[in-house]
Parts: sequence; structure tokens; C-alpha cells
Amino acid sequence: MSLPVRVATLLVAFAAVVAVAIFIVIHYLLGGPPVADYTSMAQAGQVNVTMQTDAQTTVTDKPDWVTYFIKNPQTGHWDHTTLFKVPANTRVNVTILGFDGCTPLRNQFWGQVQGTIGGVEYVNGKPVSTLNSWAQCAVQHTFSIPGLGLSVPIASPTSLQANNNLCPTSPCTSGPHTVVTFSFRTPSRPGVFIWQCRIPCGLGYEYGFGGPMQTFGYMTGNMEVAA
Amino acid sequence: MTAASEPGRQAASAPGRPEPRHGLRIFLIWLVASAIADPLIWFLLGPHMPPGAMSGSAAHQQTTINVMALMSAPVLLFVLIYFGYALVVWRHREGDEGDGPPIHGNARISTIWIAATSVIVLALFGYGTVELIVPAGAGAGEGPTPIWKPSGGRPLQVQVIAQQWVFTYRYPQFGGVETPQLVLPEGQNVQFNVTSLDVIHSWWAYQLGVKADANPDVNNVAYTKPQQLGTFRVRCAELCGLWHGAMTNVGRVVTPAQFQSWATATETQLAAVTKNLPPYATTYDADAVAGLGKVLTQLGLNGAGGGFYPPEVPVQP
Amino acid sequence: MAIEIQPEKAERPGGREPSAPLPARPWWMRPAIHTGLIGAVLGYLLGHWLGNFLASGYQQISTADENDMAIVLGYALGTVGWLAGMGVFNDLFRQMAGRSLQIRREQAEASSGLARYFRFSLDHKVVGTQYLVGMIIYLLSGGLFAMAIRTELLSPTYHVLSSSAYLMVVGEHGTMMIMMMSSIILGPFGNYLVPLMIGAKRVAFPRIEALSFWLTPAAFLILLSGVMFGGFPTGWTGYAPLSIQATQGMDAYAVAFGLMGISLILAGFNIIVTVINYRAPGMRWSRLPIFVWSMAATSFLMVLAAPVLVGGMYMMLTDRTAQTAFFTADLGGSTYLYQNLFWFFGHPEVYILALPGFGVVLEMIPVFSRKPLFGYRVAAAGMIGVTLLSFFVWQHHLFVSGINPDMRPLFMLTTELISIPTGFIFLVAMGTFWKAKIRFTVPMLFALGMLFNFLIGGITGVFLSDVPADTTEHGSFFSMAHFHYTIMGGLIFAFMGGIYYWLPKMMGIKLNQRLGKIHFWTMFLFFNSTFLPLFAVGLLGQPRRVFEYARQLQTLNDWVSISAFLLGGSILIFVINFVWSTVIAREPETGNPWRSRGLEWQVPSPPPPENFPHVPVVLSGPYEYGVPDAPPVADLSPPAGVVASALSGVAAGAPS
Repeated sequence: MSLPVRVATLLVAFAAVVAVAIFIVIHYLLGGPPVADYTSMAQAGQVNVTMQTDAQTTVTDKPDWVTYFIKNPQTGHWDHTTLFKVPANTRVNVTILGFDGCTPLRNQFWGQVQGTIGGVEYVNGKPVSTLNSWAQCAVQHTFSIPGLGLSVPIASPTSLQANNNLCPTSPCTSGPHTVVTFSFRTPSRPGVFIWQCRIPCGLGYEYGFGGPMQTFGYMTGNMEVAA
Repeated sequence: MTAASEPGRQAASAPGRPEPRHGLRIFLIWLVASAIADPLIWFLLGPHMPPGAMSGSAAHQQTTINVMALMSAPVLLFVLIYFGYALVVWRHREGDEGDGPPIHGNARISTIWIAATSVIVLALFGYGTVELIVPAGAGAGEGPTPIWKPSGGRPLQVQVIAQQWVFTYRYPQFGGVETPQLVLPEGQNVQFNVTSLDVIHSWWAYQLGVKADANPDVNNVAYTKPQQLGTFRVRCAELCGLWHGAMTNVGRVVTPAQFQSWATATETQLAAVTKNLPPYATTYDADAVAGLGKVLTQLGLNGAGGGFYPPEVPVQP
Repeated sequence: MAIEIQPEKAERPGGREPSAPLPARPWWMRPAIHTGLIGAVLGYLLGHWLGNFLASGYQQISTADENDMAIVLGYALGTVGWLAGMGVFNDLFRQMAGRSLQIRREQAEASSGLARYFRFSLDHKVVGTQYLVGMIIYLLSGGLFAMAIRTELLSPTYHVLSSSAYLMVVGEHGTMMIMMMSSIILGPFGNYLVPLMIGAKRVAFPRIEALSFWLTPAAFLILLSGVMFGGFPTGWTGYAPLSIQATQGMDAYAVAFGLMGISLILAGFNIIVTVINYRAPGMRWSRLPIFVWSMAATSFLMVLAAPVLVGGMYMMLTDRTAQTAFFTADLGGSTYLYQNLFWFFGHPEVYILALPGFGVVLEMIPVFSRKPLFGYRVAAAGMIGVTLLSFFVWQHHLFVSGINPDMRPLFMLTTELISIPTGFIFLVAMGTFWKAKIRFTVPMLFALGMLFNFLIGGITGVFLSDVPADTTEHGSFFSMAHFHYTIMGGLIFAFMGGIYYWLPKMMGIKLNQRLGKIHFWTMFLFFNSTFLPLFAVGLLGQPRRVFEYARQLQTLNDWVSISAFLLGGSILIFVINFVWSTVIAREPETGNPWRSRGLEWQVPSPPPPENFPHVPVVLSGPYEYGVPDAPPVADLSPPAGVVASALSGVAAGAPS
């Protein structure tokens, strides 16, 4: 091949490689679900965050995965995300609508409410401090922030009939569910805190901890504390 | 084909000058360098060598690393000085197109080298074995049947339960209470029983010099004896999933009296949840839970296994 | 009674005579990469459909929303389709049907041009060049992932990548490097040079050799495709049960690694048989170039260790797809099973990575010192010793995992003992430098760099072999720095040196020497600047594969990250040099620029298709520099009858 042909082939090949690399970086490495920003919603040192847990994720290509949804404070819609942002040194009042059914914990220790203000959670208005997920159908997920020592078991509907008729779409608006509320205080220094669920609800994965349990936007995410 | 060079043509430039004794020169340079390096390592670097001396196993590891540094510095220096000398003294001079002397080998040098390296290696092996056995396993996980145990009565039992993605600790001598906090008494032998509830983790208490892998259904025993008060960092050292990097906590070494009061207070405080825990055992299997609630069984669950294996698979063949 | 040979007849009545010239097929009808890709796509679709047909009814697949059986069968049949499209099976089926072999004849009739590099070629030199280009591509891809890792580790609190993206990058980098770099020297240089160095006109199994190459792009693409599924969270070691728990990207890892294992077995097998059976008359074992010794030793490791890897990957796949429980403790399996299977392969694997580096460096040192290799037998013994002992040390990766405690002094002993034959290599190099005339050409610089780096890597290996010290060092950046020093500092430096040394032989083109020196010095400087602090980082308590670390380690990590970016820059200099010299400038370099006595340098550059016009008779070893009246290394045109009589001596069982 002559020199101009070689040079041209080289430049085309180089451009192709660079394009593929940039595509991989942008699409697969840097992508992620949106962040629900609650920092501007704080009033009198408190902010209210609303989430729900669902048994199905019919809005994505993984319909059988369990998931959290977080309510976007600006639009009022349920965003399919697990990333949210709250201001520092604020009392966060969390309301979780739990539309999923019960699963036993792998470690019963996480059936105890830890790290909330008052040491309890309110299930449909009544205070609860420990749930037994082995003896009863009691817990559907947990909301745990290990960096703050916070771990809250989300109570589930307890009857067999409710558990067999869970809401089959997402986000849910009707169906058997519990309303769980609790509060905790964010630290004064900004930072990013991971949060996760401790119930083995990644069904079809070994030990129940695969799939949605390790995927952002489903059962684990980040809470960003902004200054 | 290359031009054959005259036999015996040496690197010395001027005829009549005696060949410098390269071997002796290299040896002397090495001797001086090692005499400077080794004391620097032992006295300056040694006391600060990781992992410190917060516990007996850490102190022995620190000594071991120091001794090995002491022995490897001369080896490193010898090879580097030799190469440096060779590259300077025996580099190709401009215009000299001849070959070097046809030295195919030297049985004496080879034998000395092989003997010396063997002696060094075997000595390190012997020393390493001693340092492993004497401090009751040097903080490394010994598996379910440890053979190097500390003397002096039954050690404090602390069970380390690794799960995705946090470590919790159970104290069987305090009612089997489980807590995410780790507090240890100073001056007492501690036996860590490390196990996992799911995938492989590794419990690494850096300043205590303890590392033991946490395998499901396996009890990995490691011993240490904290000998300084303070805090130590625990990290997971085996990739265990998404939040492996966040699986960390801080432990504390306190006086025995403080430890007693902490342990009994925690036992009381967490009594409600301790009732729900399975009885203390060296391993746990949450895939099959005995006495699962009726609604759960009716929903088709026999444990917290995530439905990867169908429920009719036998629990333990 | 003599066997009567029937004259060749036409394959079928009225068909073409066997000796008639083949009808020339247009380039797009001859099997090559384009037909391979078509075959791959068709195979993938078939496999995917088959997996869905078999497995989609099972409950755990419908709750997990992923069908691993479909993915694995898709990859497997896709690879078969790729190979079929490349024409790997064509001659096999033709021979089974009793027809003449088309590929060999097509290739014999046209042996030049660029197109043959995109085909299934039976010429070991073409395969060697294909391997060279492939290996450089794989090395650079793995290196890009490394840049992403170091970008993330610039800050312990601000995260450029999400945690799952970071784990994906870590796994892809490690697996790409170790998996693909296993053949980085045996593939390009072993396949290209071993026949030339032993005086053979071909390798023993050209089709197996070519197949071993064409498995590598399949493995590469399958591994990269894991990125589309979110990657795999286990790092290159793939420990069960996390690998059983992982999502779809894990299948890409297992299939790719298994394919690469098969490629290793095939490549090694071919080299062993070639070295044993295809040596020219007079090429005794005591005259064999040390590079060929290292290739033979590496091949033994490949053939004996890689099957265990393939088995382990297969078991991981059946655990993931068919609900077996090899690695599930509460159903009778054991997590230790995977670890032992993996490291039984994994430790010989790192010697597969180290030995070729030794071979390249020891091959180059006599040429640039103008002296015979000091202690040739000691060097060969060192390689054999490393090969044998490497099967007895694997449990040092499991010291703190809870294995039987009394196994640990045993494996500490064997691991420490393996440093003795490794030390032989340094003895030989040092002895060769004694009173030599050292020329600092670019290949020699890389050889020296390799020796410096491997010295540090080897000595830190002794630190890791000591169980008490290993308690702190295992799973930390200390072991990471150790293996980067031995593998990257050793093997990759040797690879670069080998390219500068042998590219004139392989392509008849020289690389720019000035850029080469810049490349060496920047790579050496920034490599050490990147990995030397990591020993300290590890001893100060940072574990591997974490995205968060203690704040006080940020300065060290930032220094390392900046050095790593500059190291990437130095490799870019190499790429520029390589591409510019081979594609644009193409300065010819025929003949023997390094004045080497090696047999491979006694033929033109690049060599003719049959390597040697006549089978040479080897007269002396390749390291006889400075020996007065040394005979030439070989007689390339021996008189008639010399070869026959030499071969009859071999056939009669005379010692070679």
C-alpha cells in the first residue's frame, strides 16, 4: 500500500478506537440514575424524604427485581433512583411506603431499629423497636446507612393474603403496604454515605444478595450530605 | 558470523597495568553499603515498621518484617552494586569492536552462589516458622482446628460475623450478644472466631496484626493479645461485592475493667434483639431456618437463601 | 515389500485434477475475519436461543431476569461459529471426506500480502506477527482500564466512578492483563522464533498454533462484552461464591478465561512437540538457545496447569447456570475448592508470565555483552527448577484463609525454595557481565530494566512468602506492588526489549532508536515511581480493590496516580514509535544489525516462507562470542548426504 493510503487507514483506525473508548467511558463507566435533591426543601432544620419499596420494577428491563423509588421533591413524581441529597446538620424525616412482601433476614440482628431519633420506627403510626423476621412475616427490606449506624427494618404486610396479592407494577399507588416513618440527624460535615438493604431480596441470586442488591437504582445507593 | 576475538583480551586499557581486582572492589563497596544500610533499617525504620506493636501478633510481625528487611537489604545491594559496577567499568568503549573473554562458567562461583542462597532461604524459613508458632499463629487465621494456641487459660471469645457488607461481633461469654462495635480488653488473650454468612470476606484488624478469611460454614480461628490501649482499624481484605471498600469499622482496646462494664451494659441494652438471634454457634446457615414462621413457610420460603437453589434441595446432604 | 503408491486421481469423476491449479477465489469468498464475524453472530444467536429453550422455565431464572445458560451457550457457540467462519475446521472436514486440503494449497500458492494476516494461516511466522499485533492491542486495552482505576483513586472521598463501575474496571483490567498476557511472549516470539532458532522449517502443528491465536480475539471480545452487562465484581480471581452470586458479566469472565486457557494449552503443546522433534541435526540440548529453553519450560506449565483453570471455570459456570453446588458450603460444596483449583493454575500461571521474560533477557544479554552466556547449564537448570517447583507453592495465596495450619510452614518452605532457581537467572546475568563489553542499545536497556525490576519484585516475594509477614501484607497493596514489579516490570519490559530486538528480524524494519531510548527511560522512571510507593501504601493498611482509603494515604495515592498517567504516556510513546516505524516510515533493516550469533539471524529478514532453503546442520552453540576459532553457528547449505546421515544417527537413537 502506498504511503497516503497507509496514513489514511491509520487515522481512520485511530479515530475509531478513540470513539469506542469514549463511548465505553461515557455510557458504561460514568452513567447512573438521577439524584433526588432535597437540599432546598429543608424548613426549620428538618427535611421530609419520601420513598417506596416495590416487588417489581416494571419500568426497566428487569421487571422481577425488587426496588426502591424516591419521590422527586421538585416534581412530585417517583424517580427510579436510589441517590438522594440532603443538607448537613438537619433532622431527616423519612417516610417509606412499603409495597413488598416479607422475607427472612440472614442476620436477625438487623431486625432491630438502630440509629434513629428515639430508637424506634413508626409502623402505620405505632412505634416499633424490634421485628422478628423469622418467627413472623414481618420485614420486607431494611434501610441501612452503615456510616451513620442507622439501620431500619421496613415492616411488611403480615398476612398471607396480603403477601400473595402485592402490587405487580411500579411505582405502586395501591396494594397491600405499610407506612413506615423514622427520623435521623445528618452529620455536620458533608460527605457521601452509602446505604443498602439487608434483607436477601435479590431473588434468584445466591444468598439473595446479588442482582438488585448490588445495583444502583434498586436496593442500594448513596446519600449525599451537602454543606 | 562474528569475528573471533583474541584470546585473553582484557578490559584494561593500557598494556602492562595489572588488572584491577574487580571482585574485591565490589565486595568492599558492598560491605560498606550494607554496614550503612542495615543499622539504618534496624534503628531508624524498625521501630516504625508496620503494623506496629499494639498487640503481640503485630509486634512479632513487625520484628519479622524488620529481620527480613535486614537480610534482604544486603542481597539487594549486592546485586545492584554489582550491576552498577559492571555497567560503568565494563561498558563498551567507542571503537572497540572485539568480543569479551570467552568465560562459559565458573563452577566455584556457581556453587558458592547456590550454597549461599540456599542457606539464606532456609534460615528465613526457619526463622519464619518460629515467628509463626511462638505468637500463637501470629494473628493469621488457622482454620477450625488451630494448632498454635496461646498459653494461660481460656482466651476471651469474640466471634466475628462477616456479612455483606458489615462485620458484627458476638460475645458468647456475655450471653451471645451481637453488636457492630468491637471492644477488647488489654493484656488478655483474645480468640477470634471468624465466619461468614454469605460470600468470602476477610477480617483484617490492621493495628492488631490479625487477618483471617471469613468463609461461609467455616470457623476460622485467630489469636492475639492486645498490649496497648487505643483504637484500631478493621477493614475487609477480600473482595466481597459492591461495598467491599466500605466494609470497615473502628475497634477499641480498653482496660479490662472498662471492657467488663461495656460488655455487661451492651448485653443488657441489646437483650431484646439477642432473644431473636439463633443460639451461639461457630457457623450459621441462614439458607435453612428451623422454626420459620407459618406465613413464611406458606409463602414457599424455607430460609433466607434468596431462592437460588429451589426449596426442595436437601439442606445438608 | 515396498508399498505401492497409487497416482492421485481426481476427487470425483469429471472433477478437477488434484495437481491442477486451484481456481482463484475472490478475497471475500476465502475464509477470513469477515466470515469469522458472520459465523460468530450466527453462533451466538443459535446458542442464545438454545439456552432460552433449555432454561427459561426455571424459577430462579425468571425471578432473576437473567438467563446465564443462554449467555454462556451464546458465547460458546459464538466462538465455535467464529472459528468455523475463520476456516479452522475446513481442512479437517475436507480430510474427513477424503478430499485434498484446500487451505494449505491456497496458502502455498500465495504467500505475500497483507490479507494473509487476517486469515487462518499455517505459516508460523504469520501467526507470530498476528499474535504480536493482537497482544499489543490487548495490552493497551488493559492499560486504559488501569488509567481509570488510578483516576478513581486520586481521592478517597470524591468518586469519579460509581462503586460498581470501579469494580468492573478493576476486574476488567486485571483479567485482561493476566489472561491475555500469558501468551505475550510465547505467542509472538515463541511461535515466530522457535523454529528459526532450532533450524526447523515449520512447527509441528501449524493448525493448532493458528487456532490458539484465533481463540484470543474471541476471548478478548467476550471479556470486553462484560462491560455491557455491568462487568463482574470479583476481580481477576473470580472467587466463589461471589462469582456465583454475580450478575451476567461474570459469564463473560468465565467463558473468556476458559477460552484463553484452551489457547494456552494448544500453544504450549505445539511448542513442546516442535522443540523436541523438529530440532535440526546438531542442535543438541546443550546448544539450544536459552530462549527456547524458556519457551519449552513455559509450555510445560501451560499444558499442565491450564486444564485445571478450564475445569475450574467450567465448574463456576455449571454452578451459575445449572444449579450445581460445587462451591456452596451448606449444600456440601466448599469455597476452598474454588480457591485451590484456581490457584493450582494461578501460581504456575505467574511463572508462565515470568519465565519468558527470563528467556528473552538471557537471550539478549550475551549479544550485547559480546560474551558467552555465563553458566548456560545453570540457567537451564534454573528454568527447569522454577517449572517443577511452581506446582508446589500455590497455597501461599491461601495462608490466612483457614487452611490446615500445618500446611503453612510447608508452603512457606517451598515458596522460599523457589527463589533459589530464580536466583540462578541473576547469577547467569551477573556472570555474563563480568569483564564484558556492554553496549547500551535499546533492547539491552530493557533487559537491564527487567533485571532491576524483577530483583525488587523477587525480594518482596520473599516477604510475602513468610507467613507472619503475609498476615499483614496479603490482600493489600504490598502484594499488588509485588506482582506488578514481577509481571509488568519483568515480563512487559522484556516484551518491549524483545520487540526492539526482533522486529528487524520479523518485519525487516527497524524501530526508531532515539524514540526507543526515550520510551525506555520514561517507562522505567515512571514505572518505578508508580509502583515503589505502593509497597508502603500496602504496609500502611490499604487493602486491594477498594475505592475508599484512609485520608492520610491520599498524598501517596496521588503521587502514584500521577506517575501512572505518565507511565501511560510512556507507553503511548512506544505505540507512536511502533506505529510510525511499521506503517509510515518503514525503514528497512535487513541483515544482522545486532551482530548476533543466533541461528535466527543467519537467514534474511524477514525470512523466506520455508525459513531455511535446506535443513541446516548446527555446528556450535549460539553464545560462542570471544571464543577463538569458534565455528559458525550452522552450515546453512550442507552438502548432500550430510543431513541424511545426521538424521540416520538420530533415528538410530544416538544421544542428541
